[in-house]
Amino acid sequence: MRFTKDHEWVDAIGDVATMGITAYAAEQLGDVVFVELPDVGKEVKAGDAFAVVESVKAASDVYAPVSGQVVEVNGALPDSPETVNAVPEAGGWFAKVKLANPAELDALMDRAAYEQFLSTL
Amino acid sequence: MRYLPLTPEDRAEMLTIIGAPSIDALFADVPPEAHLGGPVDLPPHQGELEVERALGRLAARNRPAGAGPFFCGAGAYRHHVPASVDHIIQRSEFLTSYTPYQPEIAQGTLQALFEFQTQVAALTGLPVANASLYDGSTACAEAVMMAARVTKRSKAVLSGGLHPHYAEAAWTLAHTAGVATQRLPAAIDAEAAVLDAIDADTACVVVQTPNVFGTVTDVSLIAEAAHAAGALVVVVTTEAVSYGLLKSPGEMGADIAVAEGQSIGNPLTFGGPYVGLFACREALTRQMPGRLCGETVDAEGKRGFVLTLSTREQHIRREKATSNICTNSGLCALAFTVHMTLLGEAGLTQLAKLSHARARLLREALAAVPGAEVLTSRFFNEFAVRLPKPAATVVNALAADGIIAGVPVSRLDPAAGMDDLLIVCATETTSHADIAEFAEALTEELAQ
Amino acid sequence: MTMLAVGRPTQPEIEAGAAPDVEGHGLVQDELLIFELGGWAKTGVDLPEPERDASDLAGLTREAPIGLPGLSEPETLRHYVRLSQKNHAIDLAMYPLGSCTMKHNPRLNEKMARLPGFADLHPLQPVSTVQGALALMDELAHWLKTLSGMPAVALSPKAGAHGELCGLLTIRAALEARGDARRTVLVPVSAHGTNPATAAIAGYQVVEIAQTDDGRVDIADLAAKLGPGVAAVMVTNPNTCGLFEREVLEISRLTHAAGAFFYCDGANFNAIVGRVRPGDLGVDAMHINLHKTFSTPHGGGGPGAGPVVLSAALAPFAPAPWVVSDGAGFHLVERNEGEAAAAFGRMCAFHGQMGMYVRALTYMMSHGSDGLRQVAEDAVLNANYVKARLSGELTPAFPDGPCMHEALFDDAWLEGTGVTTLDVAKALIDEGFHPMTMYFPLVVHGAMLIEPTETEPKREIDRFCDAVLRLAAAAKAGDVARFKGAPYKAPLRRLDETAAARKPRLRWTPG
Repeated sequence: MRFTKDHEWVDAIGDVATMGITAYAAEQLGDVVFVELPDVGKEVKAGDAFAVVESVKAASDVYAPVSGQVVEVNGALPDSPETVNAVPEAGGWFAKVKLANPAELDALMDRAAYEQFLSTL
Repeated sequence: MRYLPLTPEDRAEMLTIIGAPSIDALFADVPPEAHLGGPVDLPPHQGELEVERALGRLAARNRPAGAGPFFCGAGAYRHHVPASVDHIIQRSEFLTSYTPYQPEIAQGTLQALFEFQTQVAALTGLPVANASLYDGSTACAEAVMMAARVTKRSKAVLSGGLHPHYAEAAWTLAHTAGVATQRLPAAIDAEAAVLDAIDADTACVVVQTPNVFGTVTDVSLIAEAAHAAGALVVVVTTEAVSYGLLKSPGEMGADIAVAEGQSIGNPLTFGGPYVGLFACREALTRQMPGRLCGETVDAEGKRGFVLTLSTREQHIRREKATSNICTNSGLCALAFTVHMTLLGEAGLTQLAKLSHARARLLREALAAVPGAEVLTSRFFNEFAVRLPKPAATVVNALAADGIIAGVPVSRLDPAAGMDDLLIVCATETTSHADIAEFAEALTEELAQ
Repeated sequence: MTMLAVGRPTQPEIEAGAAPDVEGHGLVQDELLIFELGGWAKTGVDLPEPERDASDLAGLTREAPIGLPGLSEPETLRHYVRLSQKNHAIDLAMYPLGSCTMKHNPRLNEKMARLPGFADLHPLQPVSTVQGALALMDELAHWLKTLSGMPAVALSPKAGAHGELCGLLTIRAALEARGDARRTVLVPVSAHGTNPATAAIAGYQVVEIAQTDDGRVDIADLAAKLGPGVAAVMVTNPNTCGLFEREVLEISRLTHAAGAFFYCDGANFNAIVGRVRPGDLGVDAMHINLHKTFSTPHGGGGPGAGPVVLSAALAPFAPAPWVVSDGAGFHLVERNEGEAAAAFGRMCAFHGQMGMYVRALTYMMSHGSDGLRQVAEDAVLNANYVKARLSGELTPAFPDGPCMHEALFDDAWLEGTGVTTLDVAKALIDEGFHPMTMYFPLVVHGAMLIEPTETEPKREIDRFCDAVLRLAAAAKAGDVARFKGAPYKAPLRRLDETAAARKPRLRWTPG
């Protein structure tokens, strides 16, 4: 699993990568009440907003950690947005993309580096 | 100055506690050259009696609708408002409260809004309604913008039966955002032309029923065609009482229904404040403009109401909000809800049938006037009449005799080339004597 | 002796103490929704029988029931009076919502707006029959222009945000007329959310301007961001931190030097009315919230009115309608042609918020030029008094210098107490007050924005300050329960907004 400074995570198996927001982000947002997911088939570019996560009093863009085409979105989130709070780095995933450029993963932080980064906030 | 409670002693004591030598010291951040040395050039303060007399003199220079036979509609309607409606909306707790940001001490406003939303949803035949917009025309403009967002298309087809002010307000808002409005030529039975205008760029069709010429239309066919082309259907209604008799927008396939709610609970007041009704299909909820009130529970599990889905709104989403609206039309919405509660389904249905019946009586009387020709065949409570001379001339002549004869189309849309058309309206406030007097005066005027 | 009267106790018979578990709240009753009161066949109106049927509308009439309950008049009154008792109101106690200007709403305004000569007028009656209404609009325009020091006003916008849109569209039209397509509007970070939302709707990109440590526009940042692409600078003055923009003349100079227009958000005009004219500050357009500065009631969220005063450069582009007069009387310019050929469009049907115009003019005439000046002075005095009284225990966001009409505190004073701004707000409800505006402006952490307005007596402000100071002492003494469970004395306890947003229930449904 790799991480961004904007608190997204990405986990690649083969050429398909799963993306979501980190436990830290979920904690900061408070109770998630809605997640706006991209359409399957959409091309996303690393660093572009691909989803929106909403709490009662805030709406935050979620940036794609890597580029690729969306192949699946988490269909459970619209009915159970609380999953993002409960298991942000597992069942609370947002979307899966077919990686356009697997090398982008190398530029992201590993868990140790991300935790080190969090300690500086 | 009766609205200012501080005494000179209070002011002196407060300045001492603040540690400021004078009031002027509190305005120290204002650049010296921008300070006004004394009062601006306007009259000084006046007592309640003097102000009441001055306003009374202005009011006396107007001719209220109730002063004689009166037949204006075209977007604003004279209905009787029960006395208790005005009593409720003047209660301090409703009149002098703010937007319900602290729900624990605003349940009165919030529950009334929840009732309002439920009533509007029922009337429009659509599942979700918001807590009001400014008026029907701005609600219509917001609906066009919403349709463009939802469909990601950039053209709205406006029926030639849409109230010209609504079309202009929609154009004003839409064209700045790059959404084109194709306004079809004004026509009494305008809805068939809409079918031909739908294409692959069409975000929505905007159809009014009853339309500005009074024509009642079943928009089901238009809805089918629009949906087949991937466009949304916005149904506009300016006379909310018509909901009591006619098929609802939802029943006819509307995706969004907007309306002017003034007819129910709110006086004419020369055009405002009014109350915009806005309802839509459930799937479109998160694209709606304006506030929404929702049901929830408190910490003890008791039912309560809160403003919800606020992330659509300007105070959270800022430049990405669905609309910039903040203050809406809360008290007019309350008046609507209280009047609607007094009416109930039975009363609304009766009121609608009565308005329609009075309009049929008016039609019979005017059709018998030599030279006048009633053009609208299927109407609710207003219709267009062709006159042998300019309608504005006739209206002015009859006004001199104390009869307000209706709205000349030329007043709304001079470019329509319909200077000989008059839009007349009847409601339960129109008496048999009013109708007789109008027909007689019109006969005389047209004979000259 | 006669024994007609049966004795009954006229003093309490038991000592005050813990009440047994009693259902209900005495005067404040639980009240169901109208849909739950069994009124499916009822009505509270009496109407005659229709003289004609609806056979001419065959195929167009409704067949299914609508699903609307009705109630008799006594039931309707009781229902809504019971609901009303669950609302806080300015007539009940201080309502110090910062940036909202919750001042007294004079009842003379209401009485005047209900005169049949205003309330029973159709917007499209012949102009000859509404000369008094047009004269009133003309008079209101005169007052607004004189108070703002600006030569023109567009009356029709229906609220503040609608006025902002009107102002920006006027600016856009003026720029287009000189062939100068500009794409950007600059907005300070502390701005009200309607500013960026409006700029976006008017077709502009929003660029934020930084704020200085003393709560004002960062002039260097403004200068750096101004350029040939900037259409307008939108600044609230006094700003949302309750401070006057000291450098406003420089803001205006820089803006104009860059060929842009200076839009002022007039939401806080109450602080300077009668003492400072925005026209003297170089403002090109400013909306005025009649429901704030000029006392028209907020009504639980509207209706408002947002006339926009305009500079000479912008005046030709204002939207119709407007009132003109000649020797023969008043006329309405309703179309974008002739003298209105440059008008950018139409904001709404008809002529705007007449009912609000009547109320606002009634208020202005009551106060007069001298009283309005006193309004600004007392509003500013009251806010500075609140700031002075609370600064010992709370932490003012900008301690140096006076504030204008509202006092802004941050939540630094709550650090380590476990109590938040939200908790303080809810605890204030138990003290009998409406809370201050919280968490706005966004630039101040845990913001508490207190606007007493000029219509609060000193005694009430003292009562409010005493309550806040009691709460501050309780928070610092560790009495967290008083806050976390608050409100205890409102009709409802804290509401679950998360549940409301996750599973929206936006209307009543049977079952």
